[in-house]
Amino acid sequence: MKKFSRIIILSLVFIAINNNLNAQSSVDQILNRGEIRGNFQIEAQYYVEDSITGAEEVPEDIRSNAFLNLIYTNGGFSAGIRYESYLNALLGYPEGYNNNNGITYRFASFTQDRLAVTVGNFYEQFGSGLVLRTYEERGLGYDNAIDGIRVKYKLKEGLSLTGLIGKQRIFFELGDGILRGFDANLDVNTVFKGFEESKTRVLIGASAVSKFQADQDSRFVLPENVSTVGGRINVSRGKVSVNAEYAYKINDPSADNGFIYKDGQALFIQTTYSQKGFGLVLAAKRNDNMSFRSDRSEGLQNLLINYIPSLTKQHTYNLLATLYPYAVQLNGEVAFQADLIYKFKKGTPLGGKYGMDIQMNYATANNIDTTILNDEAGKRQGYKSDYFKIGEVYFKDFNTTLTKKFSKKTKGRFTYANLVYNQDIIEGKPGKPVVYSNVGIVDVTYKFDRKNSIRTEGQVLITEQDQGNWATFLVEYSYAPHWFVALIDQYNYGNKDSDLQIHYLNGSVGYNDKGTRVALNVGRQRAGIFCVGGVCRVVPASTGAYLSITSSF
Amino acid sequence: MKTTKFILITFLTIYSFSSSAQSKTSTVPAVDVKNLNGTVFNTSDIKNDGKPVIINFWATWCSPCKRELNNIAEMYDDWVEETGVKLVAISIDDTRNMAKVAPYVNGKGWEYDVYLDPNGDFKRALGVNNVPHTFLVDGSGKIVWQHNSYSEGDEYELLELVKKLNAGEKIN
Repeated sequence: MKKFSRIIILSLVFIAINNNLNAQSSVDQILNRGEIRGNFQIEAQYYVEDSITGAEEVPEDIRSNAFLNLIYTNGGFSAGIRYESYLNALLGYPEGYNNNNGITYRFASFTQDRLAVTVGNFYEQFGSGLVLRTYEERGLGYDNAIDGIRVKYKLKEGLSLTGLIGKQRIFFELGDGILRGFDANLDVNTVFKGFEESKTRVLIGASAVSKFQADQDSRFVLPENVSTVGGRINVSRGKVSVNAEYAYKINDPSADNGFIYKDGQALFIQTTYSQKGFGLVLAAKRNDNMSFRSDRSEGLQNLLINYIPSLTKQHTYNLLATLYPYAVQLNGEVAFQADLIYKFKKGTPLGGKYGMDIQMNYATANNIDTTILNDEAGKRQGYKSDYFKIGEVYFKDFNTTLTKKFSKKTKGRFTYANLVYNQDIIEGKPGKPVVYSNVGIVDVTYKFDRKNSIRTEGQVLITEQDQGNWATFLVEYSYAPHWFVALIDQYNYGNKDSDLQIHYLNGSVGYNDKGTRVALNVGRQRAGIFCVGGVCRVVPASTGAYLSITSSF
Repeated sequence: MKTTKFILITFLTIYSFSSSAQSKTSTVPAVDVKNLNGTVFNTSDIKNDGKPVIINFWATWCSPCKRELNNIAEMYDDWVEETGVKLVAISIDDTRNMAKVAPYVNGKGWEYDVYLDPNGDFKRALGVNNVPHTFLVDGSGKIVWQHNSYSEGDEYELLELVKKLNAGEKIN
């Protein structure tokens, strides 16, 4: 890893020096084409013990996460590195990051005509990711980048191939398994004559990914090479579009599935209809034994090769987003979702002077149907499943939002949601009851003038189960384009234990200038689930001060 | 640790070389993203006949992003008429929410050029940390200004900057 970084850096230094030795005009010529950009972020938190919320003493007092990305581009050549530091990682981050810092990402790539080659670290996604997706969510500490070689080749316009080989990142190391992947994309209308002008557009894709991990298990004879194949099609015509993808995996005994030898499969279908003022999405998904990791003994979010999306709305309001968010169940899930948006035009009775939008969303996630086989000593298939039946409820969410502008100065958003949340399965808390809750949210913005505005949110969540009722109140004042201050209070007023009826009060102030943002938060943060992009992690309660600086250049 | 320091110092040295020789700002990197119908679009083809372009990174799950783009949408016709500016909205929604982008955009009646960046390739190439993140590109394709986050009223500053560009004034 270090040797490799050196080679890249030395070649860059060479370019720089070489350029300097040349005549000034050619220096300018070359450097003028070269560009460096990147970004930087540091988050630091000072923790104090809080006997009321149960926030424990943190021995280090201060913890911080930071990174810096640099990417150099010159014509078809590009190279980059990322330095990361976790001393120690903020509470709630995966512990594998603790007490580590250094270069975690470095790559060099070039593009020449139809060929694009990347060596080092890279992120890649085949189709919707059912067989392969490597990506990063720095906010969650999620990064399964591949370290290896990727070659992309465009056979002709509309027909492209990708091949890759490498190992995946886990914290500051690489996983045990070796990945090999291949993907092909065909744009039918571009490639085949006579279809160029067709109103129906068809895209077809196929991929195959195989992992190798040596079998060192004394109990079982494990497959050392496990492959997954996938196919997809996207058809669109005018206002309608249909997108379907299927993936199949051969037997892959792992810690996730209890070392059974059953095969795995996933199907994901999405259809959309949209025109000006109206949009509709209908989606269905079934995944059965489809966790796919480059190390069969890993769990959590570690070393996942593929990406199984959850099919529920990604909420942003505090109580909805952090109390009972759904996390996809890799071992098996059947999910459906309908999402609708409609705009009442200006001048209609409901639309009023400025128009009004309504959004409705309904999503369900259930277990797949399973019949346990009790064949541990035999074929170890584990269970069988009827494809068209569904099992236990994991999650249900009906929600609707109205957005309305009342005057030039006032706007409001009103949300209602009804959630069913299987705590036992989603949080792995056996014996905990299913949580049924109703949520109401009012969000009003008032603009004093072009620069000054105030936004307030009032939220309540009503439930008999778990911690009982919650309320959140938020007020945010912004002075465009640089400043904002906000105060948020989350109050667990319905907790049956009166000692736990706690106010989680948190104040923040932020400053933005061009690509830089600085924010300071002081107060309490409740234990909860923090999600970005559909991936969630559990964050413990904490009290203290949090400073973040983000800059892009 | 020595290696790390060495690498950082080297990079900073190169950076200072580049930036000293390079009084200009950077251009839009060439990355493959997707059209709403799934076909490939290369970001080097983002052009507006010599007029300014606003590139805005957003997501369907990001409230401030939607507030910003909806607020601009109300005035977009006037902006285009007055300044000739074009807004390119890059959705970073991944597979989970990507199918909702076109219905949302049409449902809201946005008239922007919208592209999908589901695995963050374009986002990474431009050094974007969080959404919303806005870039202003001048008529010759140079990125002259950027802004992270959104507060009510930020759009007026953006419009002023577009007007300055059109008047040939320098930004920064």
